[in-house]
Amino acid sequence: MIPEIGAFALCLTLAMSLAQGALGLASSKRDSRAAALKAIAQCVAVACLIAFVSLIVCYVRSDFSVAVVANNSHTDKPLIYKIAGAWGNHEGSMLLWCLVSSVFGAVLASARGTQSLGIWSKAVGVQGLVTVGALVYTLFLSNPFARLDPAPLQGAGLNPLLQDPALAAHPPMLYLGYVGMSVPFSLALAALIEGRADQVWAKALRPWTLAAWTCLTVGIALGSYWAYYELGWGGWWFWDPVENASFMPWLAACALVHSAIVTERRGSLASWTILLAIMGFGLALLGTFLVRSGVLTSVHAFAVDPKRGIAVLVLLGIALGAGFGLYGWRAPKLSRAAGFAAISRESMLVWNNFGLAVAAGVVLIGTIYPLIVEAAGGGLISVGPPFFNMTVAPLLGLLLVLLPVGPMLTWRVGDVRAVLMRLAPAAALGVITLLATLALTQWRVAPAIGVAIGVWLVAGGFMYLWTRARRGEGRALAKIAALPLAVWSMSIAHIGAGVLTIGAISETAFRSERAVALAPGQGVDFADRRITLLTVADADGPNYEATRASLRIDHDGDAVPLATERRFYSTSPMPTTEVGILTGLDGDLYVALGEPVRNSNGAWGLRLYHNPMVQFIFAGALMMGIGGILSLIALARRRKASA
Amino acid sequence: MRRRDQRLMMISAAGAVLVLAAALTFAGLRDSIVYFVAPSELAQKAHPGQRIRLGGLVLPGSIHRDDNGITSFVVTDGATRVDVRYDGLLPDLFREGQGVVAEGSWSPGQAFVAERVLAKHDERYMPREVVEALRRRGEWKGPQ
Repeated sequence: MIPEIGAFALCLTLAMSLAQGALGLASSKRDSRAAALKAIAQCVAVACLIAFVSLIVCYVRSDFSVAVVANNSHTDKPLIYKIAGAWGNHEGSMLLWCLVSSVFGAVLASARGTQSLGIWSKAVGVQGLVTVGALVYTLFLSNPFARLDPAPLQGAGLNPLLQDPALAAHPPMLYLGYVGMSVPFSLALAALIEGRADQVWAKALRPWTLAAWTCLTVGIALGSYWAYYELGWGGWWFWDPVENASFMPWLAACALVHSAIVTERRGSLASWTILLAIMGFGLALLGTFLVRSGVLTSVHAFAVDPKRGIAVLVLLGIALGAGFGLYGWRAPKLSRAAGFAAISRESMLVWNNFGLAVAAGVVLIGTIYPLIVEAAGGGLISVGPPFFNMTVAPLLGLLLVLLPVGPMLTWRVGDVRAVLMRLAPAAALGVITLLATLALTQWRVAPAIGVAIGVWLVAGGFMYLWTRARRGEGRALAKIAALPLAVWSMSIAHIGAGVLTIGAISETAFRSERAVALAPGQGVDFADRRITLLTVADADGPNYEATRASLRIDHDGDAVPLATERRFYSTSPMPTTEVGILTGLDGDLYVALGEPVRNSNGAWGLRLYHNPMVQFIFAGALMMGIGGILSLIALARRRKASA
Repeated sequence: MRRRDQRLMMISAAGAVLVLAAALTFAGLRDSIVYFVAPSELAQKAHPGQRIRLGGLVLPGSIHRDDNGITSFVVTDGATRVDVRYDGLLPDLFREGQGVVAEGSWSPGQAFVAERVLAKHDERYMPREVVEALRRRGEWKGPQ
């Protein structure tokens, strides 16, 4: 019964979102229609929520007559992972896509603000059509409510690697980000249809892009953190196609967050902002295609179904075709706004956008190049981390060098000399870091430059806060806390980018790893530490059997215990690794237990990694996420104050 | 500076960044892509010393580990067998009869020296290269 309610609610959602699209796009000046449109958009969201809750209920009740539940759940699973399992697979995640899209449509419809009726209703209409696309795909190609007859007695279980809090939150955050990019897309198309992209329009655009960017940032960071401590490979980013699929929309969203500021504050770059919104959503859809079609070799396991891949590609074609078509036709009609000098806040934001767009383009080329080569009959190839490290790192490096200068410059015409004078202490700190890193690492130039750029960013962020606090009367230190939230949020995000840069460069360039075979009692020297294997014993848990290795780490005269496990869950034939991580001042010592070594007397394989400053990566990403949230709060406050 | 000069300056700087990006991309695609070959294509497709990915199944009973910790095993696609040597710990899911991708280099008359060994990372996942190799030999039984 419950699955039928869900399926019916989903069909109802489709019918109503078609109505939302039609009513929104049909031009109208009457307020009664606006009220109807708002009501329909809200009903769409409620109907889709009913469908989603139905699926969760099927999971909670372990109703194995529903195919997705039987394939992905198990009665032994803790309740929280039964619920999270609802969106931990293809069908459920598509339903989540529909839900997020319809809820965003309802929020967009409910919060019209000072938007003109025309742009508002068109945007709600386009959002309705986006929901229609997702619903058609879900209902006809990946129906989450499909039944099994006869129903199996027990489910196939969820991959134990995925039974993890970070991973339960990772897909919904990413989806909020991906689907969040659909709202700027809808607003951009609405602006093109109406032939107007003014400052009021950009004001409506900003919170959506900021929210999408924040969700993508947090989602990617959670996924990266999970990969780091759960997979046991010692790394946090692998330039895997599926990772790139989330990184490209992130770059576009990051650019859009900045260009929308220029459009709102100065009225310029409207045309570019619209183009970026279209491309950002295109990249989000492309990401879904890459993940769902299985066309690229990936460490992420997803079912390969060519029909689904083609369907996503068709939807992508429709969205981009409509977007670029409208853009080519209508964009020249948009009015041009005031210009700006080559050195000004605007020009710096243009450079930011340019750098991010070029970086996204390079990542795109590297990601789809294997597909192009294969289609051209050139055989199977893989484009690995070396390509991305040598292309993306210098481009983003150039961009980051400019970052601290941007916020210091004034709008229209900036005084670069005065700004550089104020930033002199940060620059000095950067140069000192560069020289010190060069000396400490035997002249490894590229990573030293990277770390120095990170320090320049952090110091530059603090210099900006200091400069702002010194304005006007009174003691600067006392005024720092009273700075506007918008200033704080931006500084925290920018300092976070610096912290992330320091961590990412240090980890990538200065990590060390070693695979050893140790019998209990034996030890090995690694990364200034003495690592001794004490015992290897059984340590079974509630729904798994495990082998636990206890180690002692001697470092600087201290002896610290550390343990790592291999677990075999009864529901899965493959073992998982519980990594032992010891965080110290110089980074993480990371130990993963391997298999018993063949033909040896009791030796076990251990993988040892030393990851310098790896926690900076996650701390930096967290700061960027917090910056995004604070910035959203600042926007909400300002909106309230002006209302 | 006049407006036209300013615009010219910005456009030329943007052009310079684009040229840099294009140069990096071409250099990267030339130097750091890795071709995939099946065991039976190794001889004609891979130059000695070239970095490649060899994909196939681990031949049952072929895994040996010597006193120096070097593992050797045989990768097969049903037609040709290739000896592989690897100095390091094998991934958790490395199994006899299962799909594997070894990244490294090879020269005629010698074993393939792997620097990295990738096994499937969950029971449903098979490296696409391996699927392709088995399909070419007509031994693939999974979905198309």
